Amino acid sequence: MDTQKIIESLSPNEVKILPYLNEEVKQISVKSNLDITSVLRALEFLEKKNIVKIFHEKKKIIELGVNGIHYKKNGLPERKLLNFLREKRVVLFEEAVKQSGLSDDEFKAALGVLKRKQMIELKNGRIFLSVNNELVSKKFPEENFLDFVPVDYESLSKEQKEIFSALQSRKGIVQIKDEKETTVEVSPFGKEIANSKIKTSNLIEQITPEMLKKDSLWKGKKFRRYDVTSKVPEIHGGKRHFVNQATDYARKIWTEMGFKEMSGNLVVSSFWNFDALFSAQDHPVREMQDTFFIDAESELPDKKIVKAVKEAHEGGVAGSKGWGYEWSENEAKKTVLRTHTTCLSAQTLARIKKDEMPAKFFAVGKVFRNETVDWKHGFEFNQTEGIVVDKNANFRHLLGYLKEFAKKMGYGKVRFRPGYFPFTEPSVEGDVWDEGRKEWVEMIAAGIFRPEVTTPLLGGPVPVLAWGPGFDRMLMKKYGIVDIRELYKNNITQLRKMKYWVKD
Amino acid sequence: MTNVTFSKKIFEKDIGKIDEKMQERIAMFGTTVEEMGNEEITIDVSPNRPDLLSYHGFRRSFLAFLGKKTGLMKYKLNPPEKNYQVLADSSVKNVRPFTVCAIVKDLKLDDEKIKEIIDVQEKLHATLGRKRKKVAIGIYPLEKIKLPITFKALEPDKIKFIPLESEKEMSGLEILQKHPAGKEYAHLLAGKEKFPVFSDADGKILSMPPIINSQTTGKVTEKTKDVFVECSGFDVNSLKKTLNILVTTLADMNGKVFQMELKSGYITRKEITPSLEPEEMKISIENTNRTLGLNLNEKQLKEFLEKAGYEYNKGSVKIPAWRTDVLHEVDLIEDVAIAYGYENFIPEIPEISTIGAEDYGEVLKRKISEILSGLGMLEVSSYHLTTKDEQFSKMDIQEKNFIRLDGSKTEYNILRENLSHYLLKIFSENVDSEYPQKIFEIGKVFGKKNKIEEKENFAAAISSGNFTEIKQIAENLGKMLDIEISIKESDKNIPFLIEGRAAKLIAGEKEIGIIGEVHPKILKNWKLKMPVALFEIDFSCLAEMIAKRNL
Repeated sequence: MDTQKIIESLSPNEVKILPYLNEEVKQISVKSNLDITSVLRALEFLEKKNIVKIFHEKKKIIELGVNGIHYKKNGLPERKLLNFLREKRVVLFEEAVKQSGLSDDEFKAALGVLKRKQMIELKNGRIFLSVNNELVSKKFPEENFLDFVPVDYESLSKEQKEIFSALQSRKGIVQIKDEKETTVEVSPFGKEIANSKIKTSNLIEQITPEMLKKDSLWKGKKFRRYDVTSKVPEIHGGKRHFVNQATDYARKIWTEMGFKEMSGNLVVSSFWNFDALFSAQDHPVREMQDTFFIDAESELPDKKIVKAVKEAHEGGVAGSKGWGYEWSENEAKKTVLRTHTTCLSAQTLARIKKDEMPAKFFAVGKVFRNETVDWKHGFEFNQTEGIVVDKNANFRHLLGYLKEFAKKMGYGKVRFRPGYFPFTEPSVEGDVWDEGRKEWVEMIAAGIFRPEVTTPLLGGPVPVLAWGPGFDRMLMKKYGIVDIRELYKNNITQLRKMKYWVKD
Repeated sequence: MTNVTFSKKIFEKDIGKIDEKMQERIAMFGTTVEEMGNEEITIDVSPNRPDLLSYHGFRRSFLAFLGKKTGLMKYKLNPPEKNYQVLADSSVKNVRPFTVCAIVKDLKLDDEKIKEIIDVQEKLHATLGRKRKKVAIGIYPLEKIKLPITFKALEPDKIKFIPLESEKEMSGLEILQKHPAGKEYAHLLAGKEKFPVFSDADGKILSMPPIINSQTTGKVTEKTKDVFVECSGFDVNSLKKTLNILVTTLADMNGKVFQMELKSGYITRKEITPSLEPEEMKISIENTNRTLGLNLNEKQLKEFLEKAGYEYNKGSVKIPAWRTDVLHEVDLIEDVAIAYGYENFIPEIPEISTIGAEDYGEVLKRKISEILSGLGMLEVSSYHLTTKDEQFSKMDIQEKNFIRLDGSKTEYNILRENLSHYLLKIFSENVDSEYPQKIFEIGKVFGKKNKIEEKENFAAAISSGNFTEIKQIAENLGKMLDIEISIKESDKNIPFLIEGRAAKLIAGEKEIGIIGEVHPKILKNWKLKMPVALFEIDFSCLAEMIAKRNL
């Protein structure tokens, strides 16, 4: 391109920075009164025109990962384990697993580190603290390291690099970010342009309404040439949260298949969450360990239903032996955050009338478990649920509905195997084939409601097909998310960039 | 789910090579392979099958499933010999009322088997035993014990023995205070004046259930040939099942099982345990075929029931005495399905006509989301659980009427009563993202008056943003939904909004929400550097109004 054409294509910002090209990028910004991003963009345009050459020096900056941020604030798992051991000195392995407040993965990592540091010994299923309290209180080199992150990788000593690579091998503690430092060199051609007298005032920049009113303002004039290939700044639209896009999609599948949506409260009685589903009152799932209890007494439904459920538990109904214990109404009145959407199915069965059958219902919603939070655990989940109430329903139909749902979610290959749930018999678990990782992934939980469930609620043993696959795992796979916390992170930059749920 | 680990070498010797096919078989039996090591294989056993928690128990059922040793497995029970007696003293009645016992002889124990015995005890304690509360198990070397045995309750300071893994003698109380097992299970004896013990004819204490055995008389080693087995607890049926699982496992290790005679100081009837007499239950071919969607004949039904370890004869099924999970015919039918093979069922969608429908609230949520997306707003999704600090302190709201979640494992231990504080929290976590930031959320919030109230709210916030901008959004939304939303000055102070720039949102005659600019001290609390304007609306109320209008 000749000099004239180049000059014609200079944008106002390029012209603005032209006099200061020998300065540092920051200085260019100050003197031209443009922000850094605009300066960098203008420089890029100038480089394309061979006016400058831009050099990017890459730097590896070490920064904290997701877990790193957490650990820096709350201590590394090994520190937590050490603090836990400090008082007791000798602890049963199982006890430490349970009481240290660490997730399984964290516990394994912490144990490994402390063993390597020769601070503990494992003997006869016990963990022995083998160093004195003074050593226990001493900061680990890893902890010191986390304190001065972020840091340039190249500035690290040999020892620090070793600490870094040890930390890097653990999940999400530290990560390397590539940063660029930009310097500018003006080319001989650039010097020529800079020295030439630039007259850009007669080039048209933007078309204005005034121009369109008066032809003389544009007729016979030249437009400034744009570099049409150059990048433009990103823009972001508003949108539905990606999890809700996915649950909306699940809704679409179910309604297409003729299912009606059930909705209801997140705070429910143990009666609906457990008793109506034939969960024995001394079942471990009904302990605070697993379930969120709320200190409030719930109301029980119609006496007839309560009596029938009591019978199902105690002596059994419809030919069942029951659990053979004394069922307590007070236990059923305990209030919980629902642990599954199956409580909605139970409530629906209690409402449905004979002339409304066959009927099909679904739900998509939040359920809760009392869990710690790490990359694969959390206390809130999404579950999707379906029931088919039909006197002719059978096990093969159950598999048929599940297969169709999986197919519509994008999983063509499904395998069914025996499973166990207290409220279904037969029960089935379903795996879908993950083509990427070449393995079966567990995703479906289903079965036919036990007569001990259906008889009290429906008044007779009508077969009810039921399923409640966890939904998070499915949608995490779809979005390529591995850390469950990402579903609740509300990182605005990430939400803006998140792809739409597009599925045919 | 309980993980159970077996030796790969023994498995392969007894059952067959663990290749892909075998792993598939294990999964189709209902116990997926959880982990494959070089020497061990770990499978997942579901809580309805405690009889699979030992290797020998698993082998017995799995071989039948493979078609190798089908039908009901029979075991020889030898009647009690002289002094094979356990006397339950009336003192245990209010402490730990029941026990069932057995003697197993001629065991040839090695490391692997001892490990299995300890392991199955532990797993049974955890599952069927409900962490030893319902059932506690003790196994003792018979050569160290003089029969008959007494089960009684004593004052804690009168109990003195050396507990396992200890060197010195301790009293009952000391065990609870100092011994690791004592500390872990102390709550099971809390409030009892007397603690239960098993002692032998010489008065030596064998154990203090459900806590610990004696180091001298309660430790099984390689030298042990004969053992005394006891289960104690509160539910006789569970105790019997547990004992059956244990003695059949020991019998599979080639032990000879002897019954014992139980005498009770407070129940007159004598009892002989264990009993392996199978229970009987009816099964109908019609019910089986109707439930499974199959067309089996009686011969096939018999074949599949035998593969599941049952005996079938003319519509009647004999159920092994170690099975705990057969309550109803459907339980038999499931076992038929497993024996038939889940992989052999052909899935089918029946032709029944039903009409699908979404919940109206969900439809409306999606509409609102569309309207706000059009205005460039991002939907966010936060936890229903929150912290007192975030809901109250940071928002300058007085702590009251919150709904606590007992024993939460995280700092999130109350239910949220509004969405506004979460929107501010989200802004505070995104100070590095490009501004302006415009977000909204629709979700459940909870309140407590006489009882717990649950409704759905809808909140939107912009940063940086001012009253005019947020009011524009609220009004646009109202217009799009064809609901007239008016704004009325708030007569009372809304703590986190600026006085004079906070207002009530009114629809119809109803007050449906609040709107305003967030006070700088609240922005400071959240370490925000940009102004925020927000509104929060009662979505349930709005949805009701729209639904009524649409009628």
